[in-house]
Amino acid sequence: MANPLRSEVRQLYKNLLFLGREYPKGADYFRERLKRAFMKNKDVTDPKEIKKLVDRGEFVIKELEALYYLRKYRAMKKRYYEEELSAVLNIG
Amino acid sequence: MSRVLVGVKRVIDYAVKIRVKPDHSGVVTDGVKHSMNPFCEIAVEEAVKLKEKKFIKEVVAVSCGPTQVTETIRTALAMGCDRGIHVEVSGKDYEAMGPLQISKIFAALAKKEEASLVILGKQAIDDDCNQTGQMTAALLDWPQGTFASEVTIDGEKVKVVREIDGGLETIKISMPAVLTADLRLNTPRYATLPNIMKAKKKKIATMKPADLGVDMVSRVEVLRVDEPPTRLAGVKVETVDDLVAKLKANGTI
Repeated sequence: MANPLRSEVRQLYKNLLFLGREYPKGADYFRERLKRAFMKNKDVTDPKEIKKLVDRGEFVIKELEALYYLRKYRAMKKRYYEEELSAVLNIG
Repeated sequence: MSRVLVGVKRVIDYAVKIRVKPDHSGVVTDGVKHSMNPFCEIAVEEAVKLKEKKFIKEVVAVSCGPTQVTETIRTALAMGCDRGIHVEVSGKDYEAMGPLQISKIFAALAKKEEASLVILGKQAIDDDCNQTGQMTAALLDWPQGTFASEVTIDGEKVKVVREIDGGLETIKISMPAVLTADLRLNTPRYATLPNIMKAKKKKIATMKPADLGVDMVSRVEVLRVDEPPTRLAGVKVETVDDLVAKLKANGTI
């Protein structure tokens, strides 16, 4: 692997691992799958391919951030804001 | 028009299932995951946004409590605050700490730091007091924009759209002022690992309430903490007549 890409990939792994601590199914579940996903591609050498995979990783980071935000927003909305019955029943 | 103080509180994480201590003196906190109060996250985000729009120069994150609250201040720094202040409170003082003590601390800090705005979350998800912002404004004799779902700075004034029971209320208040953040004010950014690493360079000052001339004596004593009553299982009936009979027996009709 080209050197600058190696550190990019390592940083991506660390960033994803950090995000995985909050994963709803548990940090261990996340770490297992993260490791498997990275290991599956460990023999890729083409820099273009690697860049594509890193971009996919960045995309997953954005997806996770959105997931965490939505979970929290919905939990707060449910706890603190009364749902209008008519809105829930889809009438009126 | 320079500085904003943001209060951040370390609370038990919103997704954790709360357990009451066997002696009913409080809630189990040892070994339980803690994080920044969700409404405080929204407050931090708003302050950082104001700085990014160049309405203010500096955002100072403040938290009160034992050493662990520095983690929460670090998260605020990772989200974009410039520096932090850790007001050290521990032991019995920390357990008895409530909105009154916090608002006294914030009022003292707001004066000391010459803040134009104090932004807080509307309430903490552990005690649900919804008092600190209001008390801070009262102690400072500053106007307050609470339950803010939109904040716009217009010269020396702030336009605040507030979420109230009847809908939305728009007010214009002079600065300096206290604002409390409501759920729809903004979408807080996530404190990613690279941001947390960068934030390590930012400074966190430490001080004690006594340094600010604040006494931590509480006027409130918690007598007992109980879990909410468990919902009784519902009863299924086969026919409408059964339902009517059960309702009659229950005394409902």
